[in-house]
Amino acid sequence: MYVLIAGGGKIGANLARSLLRAGQEVTLIEQRRDRFERLEDEFEHVVVNGDATELFVLERAGIQRPPSIVIAATGDDEDNIVICQLAREKYGVEKVIARVNDPRNQVHFDLLGVSPTVCATSSIMALIEHEVPEHGLVHLLELPKENVEIVEVMIPPDADCAGRTIDRLDLPDGSRLISVKRDGQFEIADDETTLQPGDQVLAILPPGKEDELRRVLLAT
Amino acid sequence: MKAIVIGCGRVGSSVAHELRREGWDVVAIDEKEEALSRLGESWDGGFVVGHGMDSSVLRRAGIEDADAVVVSTDGDNTNIVVGQVVQKRFGIECVVVRLLDPARAGFYSEQGMRTVCPTSNAIEVLTEAARSCAVPQRAAS
Repeated sequence: MYVLIAGGGKIGANLARSLLRAGQEVTLIEQRRDRFERLEDEFEHVVVNGDATELFVLERAGIQRPPSIVIAATGDDEDNIVICQLAREKYGVEKVIARVNDPRNQVHFDLLGVSPTVCATSSIMALIEHEVPEHGLVHLLELPKENVEIVEVMIPPDADCAGRTIDRLDLPDGSRLISVKRDGQFEIADDETTLQPGDQVLAILPPGKEDELRRVLLAT
Repeated sequence: MKAIVIGCGRVGSSVAHELRREGWDVVAIDEKEEALSRLGESWDGGFVVGHGMDSSVLRRAGIEDADAVVVSTDGDNTNIVVGQVVQKRFGIECVVVRLLDPARAGFYSEQGMRTVCPTSNAIEVLTEAARSCAVPQRAAS
């Protein structure tokens, strides 16, 4: 596998290090001269100095081969969007991953079809939700291409659904309860499983059906 | 007719003035408040402080009923992204984007973006100017 990484900050450099250790071929592009020199001491010919949104820099880094995947990991969201667009549309790179620095820019990545994306702030927010649930429903995993997501729901005390088996619940179309964790014990859910207050339930559902699922599982 | 000019530097402010003079309703947007001074005291169009990537700033400038948008901040990649967002999210057909890098300008205009590349223009003009003053000198000797 040949991986092209744009941006040699903490994320880009550590990705390069991990991929090289795993025996993959990597090229890392870094714009800042001081940072480039430090990276060159460690990575030698793997690092290229230049602006990864300049076509000739990308070409010098081997984008025309093309790489199996391009990672846009710079600290600038506009740069990351342009890098992914150039990689895909101009050079026929099939897979890209973009870093989102400012979560408010996520909508622009989505609008312009740059995906998948990784945003540290959003990931930490999701973890906070997971640790300290506020709305009773936590997003654990989103697979936009497959049009499904996995969420976790804590069944509240006095929930209407408590004491009922799963086959008696009016779950939203296309959704399913996967598992129930009760008193630290994890169990795959089936039609016969009876829900109880305090259960942590994992559900798979199409995006947009969260409110319906909340109504079924959280109503008291 | 209403125009929004995003990025009010030397170029943006002059475009804003030119359109205003022709009777357009013009709102300029810039990250820095100081950019307003570029428009001068006589400026009677609108001015909004904020970043072009921020849709609430664009809305405050009245993007939803704009007929034309000129994107001319000092960052090529910002202009590329803002230009696409304005076109796709707000459905503005006439979006003109200033790009300094001829390579990116070439690619994005192939993709259907209306780009203006002052660098390419300068290259043409300078080359032509060099050609035209070289020829008579040689003829004279």
